[in-house]
Amino acid sequence: MRKLLSCVTFALCAAGFASATAAAGPADLQAQYAAEAAIQPSATRGETFFTQKHGKEWSCSTCHGAPPVRDGEHVMTRKRIAPLAPAFNPEALNDRARADKWFKRNCGDVLGRACSPAEKADVLAYLTGQRK
Amino acid sequence: MKSARLAAALCPALALVFACAAHADGMAVPAHTPAAYTQECSACHTAYPPGLLPAASWKRIMGSLDKHYGTDASLDDKAVAELSRWLQANAGTYKRAVDTPDARITSAAWFVRKHREVEAHTWKLRSGGGPFNCTACHAGAVRGDFSERNVRIPK
Repeated sequence: MRKLLSCVTFALCAAGFASATAAAGPADLQAQYAAEAAIQPSATRGETFFTQKHGKEWSCSTCHGAPPVRDGEHVMTRKRIAPLAPAFNPEALNDRARADKWFKRNCGDVLGRACSPAEKADVLAYLTGQRK
Repeated sequence: MKSARLAAALCPALALVFACAAHADGMAVPAHTPAAYTQECSACHTAYPPGLLPAASWKRIMGSLDKHYGTDASLDDKAVAELSRWLQANAGTYKRAVDTPDARITSAAWFVRKHREVEAHTWKLRSGGGPFNCTACHAGAVRGDFSERNVRIPK
């Protein structure tokens, strides 16, 4: 009985762990940011945000291109940047920690502050809206 | 035994020559490099051998990642702690590992001297990006190979 219980516990834990760490797809990420912001994401607002400068030297599109469906290039380091639009790059925006890391860095560079969850949700809507 | 003693005697002498210094310190890449070091640093630039800068420079760099040579290169606290420990343990202690005011490898006098023949337009090539991009000319840079015969300057 005890063995059965521990088996069940293990299975439940494993299931919980799997769902918590499952690779969040771009749609999940967008839903998470939208829920945090309590807004309906807008691809149009996202496009404006992505392509405009925000008081500093660069916009998102300076390095990622607009729309970001082809390789971009970092304006300073010249490093190749894979397309951000998920339809053109299966690796894009499928991990919350990685997305948060790059939003923190790039919002610092582009806006000089952190991006709000609403801004992130809008940008995600713009990016996931790009189709082949 | 004899050969070990001979090597010990020879090494300080050879250290004057670039090659020996490279294996003792500086250019040599530690046997164990954390995956995060390669992954995070080379997302933007060459993952520099830690011996190229002294501990004081690495400390300043890791303490100001949000203002990292013109861009925000923030990492989470756990990654900063792990990489800082490793950088401190493997920082350079030989003569070329100098702490310049801006903590740049490329500001050191030896770097400037070694690269004096590189023309201004070469540094500006799109394929290179600038002096920070070791691998543009030193294909083996991440392995610590900066030997002159393996240099390929892009046109």
